[in-house]
Amino acid sequence: MKLTEEQQAILDGKKGETLAKVMETMVRYGELFGADSMEKITGEYNHLVTSFGLKALKPVYDLLDKLIEAGAVSQQKFSADPRPMDKNVPSNFIQNFVFNNFMYTRQEEYEKQLEKLGLMDKDAFTCTCYMDEVGNTPKKGDVLSWSESSAVVYANSVLGARCNRNSGIIDIMGSIVGYVPKFGFLTDEGRKAKWIVEIKTTKIPEAQLLGSAVGMKVMEDVPYIVGLDKWLGGKLDDNAKTYLKDFGAATASNGAVGLYHVEGITPEAVEQGRALINEDAQVYVIDDAEIKRVYDSYPVIWKNKDAKPKLCFMGCPHMSLEQLKSWTVKIDDGLKKAGNSKVLIPTVFTAAPGVIAEFKKTDYYAKLINAGVILSYICPLMYMNNPMSEKMPVITSSNKLRTYTSARFYTDDEILEQLTKGGR
Amino acid sequence: MMTFKGRVVSKGNVTAPALVSHGGLNTLASFQKALQFGDKKATCGDQNNPDLYGKQMAGKALCLPRTIGSTTGGLVLYGAASMNRQPACMLFSEPIDSLAAAGAILADVWLDNVSMPVIDSLGEEFLNSVKDDMMITVKEDGTVELK
Repeated sequence: MKLTEEQQAILDGKKGETLAKVMETMVRYGELFGADSMEKITGEYNHLVTSFGLKALKPVYDLLDKLIEAGAVSQQKFSADPRPMDKNVPSNFIQNFVFNNFMYTRQEEYEKQLEKLGLMDKDAFTCTCYMDEVGNTPKKGDVLSWSESSAVVYANSVLGARCNRNSGIIDIMGSIVGYVPKFGFLTDEGRKAKWIVEIKTTKIPEAQLLGSAVGMKVMEDVPYIVGLDKWLGGKLDDNAKTYLKDFGAATASNGAVGLYHVEGITPEAVEQGRALINEDAQVYVIDDAEIKRVYDSYPVIWKNKDAKPKLCFMGCPHMSLEQLKSWTVKIDDGLKKAGNSKVLIPTVFTAAPGVIAEFKKTDYYAKLINAGVILSYICPLMYMNNPMSEKMPVITSSNKLRTYTSARFYTDDEILEQLTKGGR
Repeated sequence: MMTFKGRVVSKGNVTAPALVSHGGLNTLASFQKALQFGDKKATCGDQNNPDLYGKQMAGKALCLPRTIGSTTGGLVLYGAASMNRQPACMLFSEPIDSLAAAGAILADVWLDNVSMPVIDSLGEEFLNSVKDDMMITVKEDGTVELK
């Protein structure tokens, strides 16, 4: 890899041994993927995937201490994924015992480390840092050192930023040296589509199911999606952004997609159109039958498949303001129609602290709380990683949560029916 | 004996019994429980991986196509290596993914006295040929021998 004088000086240890090791890590990372240079990070903020002070990962926190002691802190402020615990979310004595004694014992200590390293503010904990209410929204063309697969795919696809699917620790090391290796999604070639996905459904496909189908088919490749623009109203408004947030998270977790283009909608597709498609691109057609096939293929790993759900999680990734409002209306209407006043399953809606603060200013907030729904900033994945939670029958319409945990997937309509009418 | 040659990601010599995952390894789901509850064998906790679920990963020659899942993958692998619960080596049939690459490099650069040779691009035939418990020898130049 060809380094600038400044980068070479860091690598040679002119700015200390620790910074040299950080640069060595980034250079070796890039060389594995054929990077021939390092690119300056231009995004205003970074975003880190690690938001949890997990007892098991003590060596990771020791490494961060080493960085802090050497003064090797982030050159950018950053947000981080959601906090793993919130006392408002229902959990029993044993779950709490495990959370507090075996799992997130280092939370307070870790959050102090993050402050020293450059956390944006004490509430900058969400996987949807790119929302207006949070304020970490990269501009088109910004070079980033982010991790968190759902945020990376959104930044690349919907915002047109340039970021690889970085691992935790690599994320912060990028912003410590101020450079990331130039490969993959940082290059024009790496942003070309290897798949054309043709949407031929008779109604708008559920975002989480469509993303799952695309992710499982294309894995880490870039898909160029045609036929979705008509279902999204032909423009990148708040509804489309919310749809693409959920779609992207499912492509990234059910596969390993880091960038997609939607014809007529996402910025690069609008600018460059089908010039973004590689000549030898494969074609994947998605119709109603394919969506159903994908849905039917999900294994149910509950011991008792007929168990009554004990909890419902919505918001992985965190819900948008628009989503909180529309779900409030759906629940309110559903409960009225069914003659019920409160949801029939304990239900948690999760969103960024900034989004929750805005939502609380609206009339919808009281309606949602009166319907018995709990609003939280928690990371549902971190909750479900507790072995005691794993045994609970939890339902969700998040395909990411389904993939990583024992939570059972239902479509939005099925979830709504269970919450308002019961009957499954 | 069958011999394969791949690209060296982290070099080293080691001989260990094989453990084979035909699907991608979800690093977080596989290691989290073991790290959390002090399981020195690093028993795989990923219920979605029928090849590995319930099997010991520490000290094994882990053969796999790639890793998948959360972008915490690299730091989880680094954490496992720091606690000496890492596989004896990781042998990828495909070119390594960015998350596993991060774990391998972090362990190599930041940990003293920890060895986890990592070889990638061994090819589909490698993964089709290798079976659990075959004895695998990895050499510094990226040669992988199956017995």
